[in-house]
Amino acid sequence: MKLPRLALLATATVMMTTAPACQHETHDVRPSAEVSQAGPGVVLSTLFAGGVPSAIAGTLQANQENAFAMNEGKRLFDAYNCSGCHAHGGGAIGPALMDAKWIYGSAPQNVYDTIVEGRPNGMPSFRGKIPDFQVAQLVAYVRSMSGLAGGFWAPGRNDSMQVKPGENTVSTEAPVRAPGAPPP
Amino acid sequence: MMPASGYALAPAGPQAARLAHVFWVFFAVALVVYLVVLALLLLGVLRPGPAAMDEPARLRLVALGGVLTALTLIGLLVVSIRGGHQLNPMRGAKDVLTIQVIGRQWWWELHYPGTAPDQEVVTANELHVPVGRPVLLELVSRDVIHSFWVPELHGKRDLIPGHDSTTYIQADRPGVFRGQCAEFCGTQHAQMGFLVIAEPEDTFQAWLAAQRRPAPPPESLSAEARRGQHLFQRTTCVMCHRVAGTQAGATMGPDLTHVASRTTLAAGSLPNVRQHLRRWVADAQSVKPGSHMPPTPLGATDQDDLVSYLEALR
Repeated sequence: MKLPRLALLATATVMMTTAPACQHETHDVRPSAEVSQAGPGVVLSTLFAGGVPSAIAGTLQANQENAFAMNEGKRLFDAYNCSGCHAHGGGAIGPALMDAKWIYGSAPQNVYDTIVEGRPNGMPSFRGKIPDFQVAQLVAYVRSMSGLAGGFWAPGRNDSMQVKPGENTVSTEAPVRAPGAPPP
Repeated sequence: MMPASGYALAPAGPQAARLAHVFWVFFAVALVVYLVVLALLLLGVLRPGPAAMDEPARLRLVALGGVLTALTLIGLLVVSIRGGHQLNPMRGAKDVLTIQVIGRQWWWELHYPGTAPDQEVVTANELHVPVGRPVLLELVSRDVIHSFWVPELHGKRDLIPGHDSTTYIQADRPGVFRGQCAEFCGTQHAQMGFLVIAEPEDTFQAWLAAQRRPAPPPESLSAEARRGQHLFQRTTCVMCHRVAGTQAGATMGPDLTHVASRTTLAAGSLPNVRQHLRRWVADAQSVKPGSHMPPTPLGATDQDDLVSYLEALR
């Protein structure tokens, strides 16, 4: 009688300690050749001759729930000098990215299109310059800045001094504004 | 140019010589102590019968042991502190060459300052120094803590983000010495190596002058290399790498102006020959998984052209 109970206890312990690993998110350091392309990617029409048009759609969606992708996006945001115009999301020459205003839409595909196609009045097109999987990481980070990523996933904290709340504490309902600023 | 073994007890500089001296003193003393203790132990084991010694004599023996141990340890402490104090014999020396060493995940960026901005030399993973001249290294980190270590020249010195530090090195004989990041800094910490190439002053100056030149103009390139340059500037390469004298001016990845003149690729991971260069450009993740170099999915001809261009950057 004693042995089966011990075995039961051991099994339960193993299951309880390893079960959380099932939810472990993936760090894809070798993306498929398809998303490594810095290809056109942008879909101008919803009419296709068969099949799903863009290979990136799935990645864009998956990255919305992947902290590693957001963190890589945060690194690339500085590496590719997005900060040069958008100033860490606060906006300078380019529009602010941490408020609730989206000129060209906030859906992942909208942000992807903005980066790849460029937009009038200054936003350059990065078509062919950034691999698709990295654009998808940038999309995840850009959306996280205004709280669109929800509270479960967040990029790593800043190495420098924090000048704004962390991305995971931003609420979608109340976009970040400077204290005392007039309502938008 | 094969690097030496990275053996700290074959010193090539004054600091490493002092460290090796401290090591050998400690080793000799520890060896003597070890042999004496073993001999006394053997004596105790082999001696027949119980010890015939009165209480005061026993106490005197214990006290003698205590005093001898304390004296030995104090002696070693003096050797150690003196060794530490003499580690910077070049402080205030004249004719010092200053080089900025920037640790990045997972490679080394090196800046040789010049009298004017266009005289500055930026290179990666290959530290050229003149023999017999003190070199002041300004150690900077752009991301996490790294540690600069060339066993033949000096001990380790950490590169801490936001807290720049300095150290002196000096190579007393010509040679190629392998350095290595000595503080765990992420996935590819083990592949964050570099070479120190110590050469006579005139060879060093010739190297510096060659490094100051911009990349060769397009008209001097072969047709393949010219296509490669076009690809380089049109695709993802240009987002991170700089080639002086062209439109490529990003500073996230290693400066490639004279990439073909270096001995190794990817911070000492691969010898810099065509087949490895091609593999690295096509799929860096198969060589250094997790490195920040994304794969470059180009066709075979495009890859060949791109590699031809990189090989022309001497």
